[in-house]
Amino acid sequence: MIKVCAVADLPEGEAVRVDLEVPIAVFNVAGDYYAIDDTCTHQDASLADGYLEDDCTVECPLHASCFDLRTGEPTGLPAKEPVRTHSVMVEDGVIFVVPRQG
Amino acid sequence: MDTIAVVGASLAGLSAARALRAAGFEGRLIVIGDEKHDPYDRPPLSKDFLAGRQEVADLSLSIPSDADLKLEWRLGECATGLRARDGGYLIELADAEPVACDGVVIATGARARQLPTAAGSGPLRGVHTLRTLDDALALRAALVPSARLVVVGGGFIGAEIASTAMELGVHVTLVEVAPTALAGPLGEELGAVFAALHVTRGVEVLTGVPVASLVPGDDPDGAAGDGGADKVVGVWLADGRELPADVVLVGIGSIPNTEWLAGSGVVGAGPNGELSAGVAITEGGATNLPGVVATGDCAATHSRFAGRVVRYEHWTNALQHPALAAATLLGLPAPRQSATAGVPYFWSDQYGLRLQFAGHYHQGDVVEIVEGDVSTHNFVAVYRREGRPVAVLGIGQPKVFGRWRKQLATDNAL
Repeated sequence: MIKVCAVADLPEGEAVRVDLEVPIAVFNVAGDYYAIDDTCTHQDASLADGYLEDDCTVECPLHASCFDLRTGEPTGLPAKEPVRTHSVMVEDGVIFVVPRQG
Repeated sequence: MDTIAVVGASLAGLSAARALRAAGFEGRLIVIGDEKHDPYDRPPLSKDFLAGRQEVADLSLSIPSDADLKLEWRLGECATGLRARDGGYLIELADAEPVACDGVVIATGARARQLPTAAGSGPLRGVHTLRTLDDALALRAALVPSARLVVVGGGFIGAEIASTAMELGVHVTLVEVAPTALAGPLGEELGAVFAALHVTRGVEVLTGVPVASLVPGDDPDGAAGDGGADKVVGVWLADGRELPADVVLVGIGSIPNTEWLAGSGVVGAGPNGELSAGVAITEGGATNLPGVVATGDCAATHSRFAGRVVRYEHWTNALQHPALAAATLLGLPAPRQSATAGVPYFWSDQYGLRLQFAGHYHQGDVVEIVEGDVSTHNFVAVYRREGRPVAVLGIGQPKVFGRWRKQLATDNAL
């Protein structure tokens, strides 16, 4: 379990990148938190820098690939491979992520 | 509507076919493309594919779920005409029976503009353009280490190929008729930043001089004594200089593939309806004919960023606009688009730097660096017209760039 940031530091509609060996992006969608691999599976770009859409997807800022934050599945070209999803926990006002192994 | 023909099988055509199914169209869906290849991605052709880091399979735009779309592929077939018939349309093909349909998506894209050849002579061997996979395979084979490449045209295609060719150990000279390479899309000030980058990396950049003609010569590798001077050996410039060349890459823009629509009644975007300026469409992709929409590189519409009718050839336009055109064709409300759809956007990778650009630059727009430093090639620049942001350029600053891009979408929302 890895500390991400304080709840207050991740407002709604925002994202934060956790710089791990494989970086993870954590999103706040209307008070719900989602974590996925930060690097787009199409080309090297950070999804935490992308656009969070109303339908719980994030659009890659580089080539507009979209990923469903709940499943990690791509919902639009050019990405064809999913990103991994990770569990998020909130404790005492602090957001934690549990990186999926493998 | 029972049968829809999508004419064009690249990104825009494939995206239109997917969007039609996503919008609930259950009739016959025929996709006609003049290239034999399955739909493939073009941006890597000047970058990773040309450099040999990607192969043909890496370019595929197909995904497994495409099989569920029940598309009737007609690849390797070239549309030659569009005719009204029985309240619907006929798509005429070069080497096959016409296709009858009652809805048409025109997505025939554009092709590379060629240098004019001397009267009575064909194109010289060694002269390349880059638009298709076959073009890229031919150019990749020609860019051997120590080859001398002359790039005619300092736009993005020329600049990206120059960058990749340097990486391959090729000697590169880039010739641009304007005073500064990339000044057209980026403006003098920031175009110059990229021009300087090319010089730093070893490209010889010659600007402000037009090409007079290509120099024909004998192919040293050709059959002995064939006597034909059908291979390019150099480029003559208008000021009298001659640049020796083994390979010439011509990157001087594109021409929309609209000739096949002559006589169809489809109106073009030229001042007198000429199709040479692309198919005139509304923002939603409607043409002047009922049941006919157009999308992607072959279509032109009024841009609030440019303040005029523009035929955008941006990849993201070919990805996103077809969903609007599909809805228009089916008479459905416009689907939800991403937060930045509608803002012209493109990127370019050169020398390991990633350029992103959104909006539209006009001569006279005022540039302000809002983040970073131009000299370190890590910055965001905003272009303003009468004080209002109209475009943003970023290098190595995706987050800040992304905020400005979204801001442009918000500011310019209809």
